[in-house]
Amino acid sequence: MPNIVVLVKQVPDTYSERRLSDSDHTLDRDSADAVLDEINERAVEEALLIKEAQGGEVTVLSVGPDRATEAIRKALSMGADKAVHVSDPALHGSCVIQTSKVIAAAVGKVDGVDLVIAGNEATDGRSGAVPAILAELLGYPQLTHARKVVIEGTTIKVTRETDEGLTHLEASLPAVVSVGEKINEPRYPSFKGIMAAKKKPVETLTVADLGIDAGEVGLASATSTVVEAAPKPPRAAGQKVEDEGDGGAKIAEYLVGQKLI
Amino acid sequence: MPADRLLPDTDAEDLLKLVREIAREELAPDAAKHEEAGQFPREQFRLLGRSGLLGLPYAERWGGADLSYEVYLQVVEEIAAAWMSVGVGLSVHTMSCWALAQHGTDEQRDRFLPDMLGGDLLGAYALSETHAGSDAAALSTRARRDGAEYTVSGTKAWITHGGEADFYTTMVRTSDDGPRGISCLLVDAATPGLTAAPPERKMGLTGSTTAQVVFDGARVPADRLIGAEGDGLRFALDALNSGRLGIAACAVGLAQAALDEAVAYAKQRSQFDRAIVDFQGVEFLLADMAAAVESARATYLEAARRRDRGLPFVRQASIAKLVATDAAMKVTTDAVQVLGGAGYTRDFPVERFMREAKVTQIFEGTNQIQRVVIARQLKRS
Repeated sequence: MPNIVVLVKQVPDTYSERRLSDSDHTLDRDSADAVLDEINERAVEEALLIKEAQGGEVTVLSVGPDRATEAIRKALSMGADKAVHVSDPALHGSCVIQTSKVIAAAVGKVDGVDLVIAGNEATDGRSGAVPAILAELLGYPQLTHARKVVIEGTTIKVTRETDEGLTHLEASLPAVVSVGEKINEPRYPSFKGIMAAKKKPVETLTVADLGIDAGEVGLASATSTVVEAAPKPPRAAGQKVEDEGDGGAKIAEYLVGQKLI
Repeated sequence: MPADRLLPDTDAEDLLKLVREIAREELAPDAAKHEEAGQFPREQFRLLGRSGLLGLPYAERWGGADLSYEVYLQVVEEIAAAWMSVGVGLSVHTMSCWALAQHGTDEQRDRFLPDMLGGDLLGAYALSETHAGSDAAALSTRARRDGAEYTVSGTKAWITHGGEADFYTTMVRTSDDGPRGISCLLVDAATPGLTAAPPERKMGLTGSTTAQVVFDGARVPADRLIGAEGDGLRFALDALNSGRLGIAACAVGLAQAALDEAVAYAKQRSQFDRAIVDFQGVEFLLADMAAAVESARATYLEAARRRDRGLPFVRQASIAKLVATDAAMKVTTDAVQVLGGAGYTRDFPVERFMREAKVTQIFEGTNQIQRVVIARQLKRS
């Protein structure tokens, strides 16, 4: 009956135009529609699959501004049991290390955690480092980039996907797992799930509630800041090759010219 | 531009958000391919079932959501806008559950309804026969009581989901007493002696299946009789009053989809060095299409609100069906006109929308029958 905490993050919808604010280069959260990050839907799905097979409880944990409640509700409507939401203006501009410290403290507020599941990287910040830092702070083993998770008693087995191949990892619970795109297909909430989510408990905490001094978090004391940002240059037009029966040869010539073959 | 809705509460807003997400991500991308191949969207109906969308206007006690028709119909509209065959299927399924939900005994409802409303079973509604279309009371499929069973023989025609459905809400003749000799049986699709003929080769809704359903001495347990013997035609016509609101909602969704395609195309299609959307000839066409869509929506919502308040709504439902389906025919035809030659090809969806619109003027009571109903109500007043 594993007690699972799933980390979720509200991010700007990847379909909308995403921007950093002009003043401090932090995320301009008003410029785009905010959604539950897709990889987090997979993390929630994995937690729910484990719960459906073995019982236990699924707690959603999010660090983010007040409107992140929408992302939390989405996770609850999928079937998670309750949520912890750390929301504090002092957190604005926090780096990954500060954020991970806050998450670690918040995980400590949940009783008897056996497993923390996160997405392997968010679509906004893309540091991809939070699960590993969190595991270090909690003193838990880290099993990152999972495409398969199996729990047997107090043992967790994970298949990790890398460019070179598959790595099989095994550790004792409690542990931190981060999941990749191939882990599962997340479910849609049902209408009943949406209605039920409105009644599920969401505990809202400030950094002070976690015993953290507000001066330790936020842009002013961040270990890293964004100093400059520029939009990606538009893609240059490609080179068109007319196929007059010799299209294949011409493509091969081009690739040879680029030293690609 | 998606439909701009004034919904009654945040629960309805949340529901419509879920429906739009499913429509955009799971339905719309597969519609053209399935319709072209004539492939029935069974998995898509299962997804609707898992999402709790197959029993919305029925009691929570049996797996529904106690949802108002005002909101339920807008769910149907959104789904039809993404994929007409699925929208129509949802409406037909919902209508197929009506007789049992409204007139079944608690024992029958406890036994059958939860899987019909809260599971992923798919229903069909079997009233018409080849010689009994608009004149439904002329139906002749015979059910003879034989101990604890009825033996059913005859052929039902134009059955949406025929051969795909899990249950058939079937009107059968139990006596020769004309309209009062018709009864309603909830028939399991696995009943021996029940088979579906090869599907009709239709003009549109080619992803959905429409077939004759043949009863050849099919033995149906008598505890599947809904209401009393002789109640069947009344149940059937009552169900149709609500069902045709579902068809009105589907027609509005289809028209909205056609309008959206036409506007998007007119904005990017350039002739004589300007976008065709800036020519008044096209502007007025699009404006008339938008007026038709939005007035049709207002008409079905008015009927739905009356139904939700327990007021008579038969006239309003027939008016909604007539207005919305005629609007769909006109709007989809005009959408093809806006797209010009492109609209006439199968590379764009509007010719399919036009083919799909035609049947909405025909099924669940032809628009001529709607006029009969409306006139009858006027004469009564």
